[in-house]
Amino acid sequence: MKICVLVKEVPDAAVDKRIDPATGRLDRSGETNLNPYDTHAIEAAMQIREDEGNGIEVGEIVAVTMGPSGAERALHKAVSLGADRSIHLSDDTLAGSDVAATGYALAKVLESENPDLVLLGQQSDDGECYTIGAVVADHLKMPSVTQVVKMVVTAGNAKCERQAEYGYDTVQVDFPAVISVGDAINEPRYPSLKAIMGAKKKQLDVKSAGDVGIDAGRVGTDGSKVSCGDFKAPPAKAAGQIIEDEDTNDTVAQIVAWLEERKLIA
Amino acid sequence: MSSVLVYALHNNGVINKNSLGAISEGSRVAGELGGQCDVVVVGGADLTNDVLAALGNYGAKKVYKVDGAEGLSQPVIDAMAQLVGANGYNYALFGGGLLGFEIGAGLAARLDAGVTMEVTAINVDGGKAVAERPILGDSQISISKYRSDLGIIIGRINAFEVKESGGTAEVEDLAVTFSEWTSRATMVTRGEQRGADINIEDAKVLVAGGRGLGAAEGFQLCEDLAESLGGAVAATRAVVDAGWFPYAGQIGQTGKTVAPKLYLAAGISGAIQHKVGMQGSENIIAINKDANAPIFEFSDLGIVGDLNAILPKLTEAIKAKKGS
Repeated sequence: MKICVLVKEVPDAAVDKRIDPATGRLDRSGETNLNPYDTHAIEAAMQIREDEGNGIEVGEIVAVTMGPSGAERALHKAVSLGADRSIHLSDDTLAGSDVAATGYALAKVLESENPDLVLLGQQSDDGECYTIGAVVADHLKMPSVTQVVKMVVTAGNAKCERQAEYGYDTVQVDFPAVISVGDAINEPRYPSLKAIMGAKKKQLDVKSAGDVGIDAGRVGTDGSKVSCGDFKAPPAKAAGQIIEDEDTNDTVAQIVAWLEERKLIA
Repeated sequence: MSSVLVYALHNNGVINKNSLGAISEGSRVAGELGGQCDVVVVGGADLTNDVLAALGNYGAKKVYKVDGAEGLSQPVIDAMAQLVGANGYNYALFGGGLLGFEIGAGLAARLDAGVTMEVTAINVDGGKAVAERPILGDSQISISKYRSDLGIIIGRINAFEVKESGGTAEVEDLAVTFSEWTSRATMVTRGEQRGADINIEDAKVLVAGGRGLGAAEGFQLCEDLAESLGGAVAATRAVVDAGWFPYAGQIGQTGKTVAPKLYLAAGISGAIQHKVGMQGSENIIAINKDANAPIFEFSDLGIVGDLNAILPKLTEAIKAKKGS
């Protein structure tokens, strides 16, 4: 079995995120990190490989990302967590791609890899939520399940549990398939020092849009079918009162007074 | 003429409230565009013609019923792609929720269409629908315009108000040619409940716990405080997925929507998926050790501190106050 894991570099959670007024895009300068949800996807791939009872021989785990130069840091992290090699789709024509264009471009990379299973994190901190897996899956003509919190994998299929609107659903998908995972699915391992040191030695292929047959008219700012260059401020909401707890007795007295004022202690 | 196609989610023949909101909104938008709002549903014998015709009360003109398993995205993508191809809809609208994201995204790929998610408002401007989407922790609103023949709009839950307009929809059975890969996803079990069946929707006071409680045992602090205030206990998705609390007590995107008089969030960071289920609460108190937690941006009283120290003392103080 060959598993591809889609990963993404995102601004560090501690960094204040902002829109660049000149481009209308997220300002991606500053500290970045591998999207935390993607570490769960890599871990899920590793657990399929390491499970001796599932009857699956995982030949290769390939991490794939799309992004400007610098995004290879996410790939280094991915291979330090266990991926065997990585692919960086990097091309100026891709800049400004919306979620549909990004999914199309990633699907073109995946087509050239022909995986049995595509894994990814269900969401990223920097924008698109829940959707990229389903876009990729339809381009690849594969079934997909998103937001999976438990996965039982056998040679031909995966039984995936996820929370939906009416409780927990279990959906079986037959491979090849695309599965996005939530953070409850596993506890990602920490990379060993040796793995971190060795990460840069693992094969990393940089591919251009042309290398994987991407139609330039379908990607980038101009190829995207949604334009979102306009922004407005949300309705102003009065800021709440903040108490830094230094003396807990005093803090509690303030909370009780606040509740009493609003007649919330009946 | 611009028409809108809405997907309606249901469970055992009961249509989801967010889907009713989407039909109401789709009908309003279609009206402004001079078109009509049609609906597609997938299911079995539980979907009676009476249930479907009643969607006319929310503005649906025609309801297409597709025979298939509900709860999976693939059959709906096939059905909607077929309907868009046949009838030339200009917008596909979803009331949010997990399936809305999956279907909307898959349909965008299939039809090379633009998609916007987490939409909270739709405006008609120059004969076209424009979608508003809050971004960056709701600190800004991004305005999406569509360049494709079909624009896909995935609403945020509770964004669209349910409006009854009176009327009956025409119901038509639709035979769909499913894709080969659609049959490779099958529902094993749907809507399994995990844990006790608790009622949080009627409580006037809710004490909700999140990952900051540290462990399942941390919920005892919430139980004690809720008891002192005469309220109930609720939870975030993260701790329900972790098995710390029953699914029936979950607030947010795939859980319940509540609006109590008092909502006290303990150890909850305040992700959008949680916020959408509780932002209608009258008074919101948040206790979190992280001063940068997003929940402080929409709480009325925010306490930066250790909930393990604060909650027991608060419980005692409230008990003392009520005893006096």
